[in-house]
Amino acid sequence: MSRLIELRGLTKTYGRGDAAFQALSGVDMDIDKGEFLAVMGPSGSGKSTLMNLLGCLDTATTGSYRFDGVAVETLNKDQRSLLRRHALGFIFQGFNLLARTSALENVELPLLYRGYTGKQRHEMARKALASVGLPDKERNTPSELSGGQQQRVAIARAIVTNPGTLFADEPTGNLDTKTTREVMELLCRLNEDFGITILMVTHEDEVARYAKRVVLVRDGLIESDVANTQRPH
Amino acid sequence: MFWNAFIIALLEIRRNLTRAFLTVIGVVIGVAAVVTLVTLGRGATETVKSQIEKVGSNLLTLRPGQGWGPQSAPLFSTDDVEVIRKQIPGIRAVAPMANTNVQAIAGEEARQSDIQGTTPEYFPIANWELSDGRFFTDAEVVDGATVAVIGETIRKELFPKGDAIGGKIRLLSTAVTVIGVTTAKGQAGWGDDLDDNIIIPITTLQRRLNGQLSKQNLAQIMISTEDGYPSEAVVADLNSLMRERRNLSRSEQNNFSAFDSRQIADAVSSSTKVMTSLLAAVAGVSLLVGGIGIMNIMLVSVTERTREIGIRMAIGARAREVMLQFLVEAVTLSCVGGLCGIALAYGLCVWLAKLVGAPFLFDPKINGIAFLFSAAIGILFGFMPARRAASLDPIEALRHE
Repeated sequence: MSRLIELRGLTKTYGRGDAAFQALSGVDMDIDKGEFLAVMGPSGSGKSTLMNLLGCLDTATTGSYRFDGVAVETLNKDQRSLLRRHALGFIFQGFNLLARTSALENVELPLLYRGYTGKQRHEMARKALASVGLPDKERNTPSELSGGQQQRVAIARAIVTNPGTLFADEPTGNLDTKTTREVMELLCRLNEDFGITILMVTHEDEVARYAKRVVLVRDGLIESDVANTQRPH
Repeated sequence: MFWNAFIIALLEIRRNLTRAFLTVIGVVIGVAAVVTLVTLGRGATETVKSQIEKVGSNLLTLRPGQGWGPQSAPLFSTDDVEVIRKQIPGIRAVAPMANTNVQAIAGEEARQSDIQGTTPEYFPIANWELSDGRFFTDAEVVDGATVAVIGETIRKELFPKGDAIGGKIRLLSTAVTVIGVTTAKGQAGWGDDLDDNIIIPITTLQRRLNGQLSKQNLAQIMISTEDGYPSEAVVADLNSLMRERRNLSRSEQNNFSAFDSRQIADAVSSSTKVMTSLLAAVAGVSLLVGGIGIMNIMLVSVTERTREIGIRMAIGARAREVMLQFLVEAVTLSCVGGLCGIALAYGLCVWLAKLVGAPFLFDPKINGIAFLFSAAIGILFGFMPARRAASLDPIEALRHE
């Protein structure tokens, strides 16, 4: 499999002088295309920082990050925005859907920044909603949907642009057991059927079970990095 | 990118119409106030101008003494009229005016009325037209004929049942026959009823009503100048001629004055214009306050929508796209506000113009200016919130509760 991500000696320091806090203290990691990776760790371990760096939302203090052959640390803010726009999809713990906005329009949001016509946007968004199993909820606003449904709309929004990589930040943190399973099965399907690389942060073992590879972060360093052999089916 | 920002902004406005309404209401009111006041002011100016034209344009009035009001200075004579006619260039017509105020009686009706004695030249000078009958002639002036041309108000008062032509009006001991009724002019700018008058040959007034044959009893002389001939030159000529005829020495002031109707019109319309600009300036302040209202709500909305901005940035919106979205939102709102204001002003103007009896004159210039100004306000006051939105850090913004 071809290499997607290469991290070498990645560090991240917040603040300066005495107040400086090192969230990451030198991370080396390689991720191939098509992987399903779970990043685990207690709170304050640096796993969120790692995800923000991987998702090109933030820049490392030192070290190098190559994404699909591109040296991310050489990109400016706008170039990182364009990288996110064209190559990455995001799912958040709090869903982060626009309130008072229909599911369809929420899914269309990333397409607006890619210059599709209204007709193309509707069509692509409908397809994405259907692929997450919500073909009949197009007109509903987030407040009219259950948590699981909202997260599925968010997943539709993340995959509507056909990104190669999906970042999921505690995707099931706000969901109950049943919907957690639904959402995780959906992510597995996206990974297996469409070959989307999935990078997920979680602190629940139950959720990490679905990943093919589990990375444990502690005190800004990778403590363990193992293949998961006990995936449910 | 611009078109995209426009679509995103429109979607965002549609999503929260209440907020949009509250944002633009200030601009709507500001634009409506400015446009309404300027439009009505222009209407008022035009009204004053047209009313002065009703009295007669190209009109000079020679009156005894200085200024308006009752005077103790010597009156004019019919000789003055003839000399003016012969010696002053640029004059189209000259008419002597003598007047008195007596009880006019017709049948059972009576009314205290202004009686004006003049010559037929007066009618074109003062822009009189007939709704019925005819004016009197030069021959009737020579004869001192007992005929009268009456105004519409007099016709209504003295001949309420209709046909006035041929009717008799008794003025003191003289009965005059109505030969003409003038077309109504309505009120003058200063409130006088222009149709409340009885016009008779000057000789009839001198011989029968004033009871004296003296020719030295003209209260004023009315002169109309030729089109395009500078009225200032005629006024100057009139002044020197009359000073000479009255043997005024260099140290003496004029004991007569020549009023130029155009000067009066200009003075009145310029004062109305000053008034209009003053009111428009006050209304302009309210437009500015409306703009600050837009900035206020946009700033609040940037805070309120921090998470939305974070989402947009996470899915790949560049800072300048976020900025453009907010800027376009502000400009779109203020432009829509401007258009609503113009529409509101249109309604207000039509209604108020009817209410105050001024004509409604649509002025594309002020509407254009008001619209551009509201757009400028959108840019000006939308800029700061937009920049604040664009400067947000996506991670912080996403974490915002």
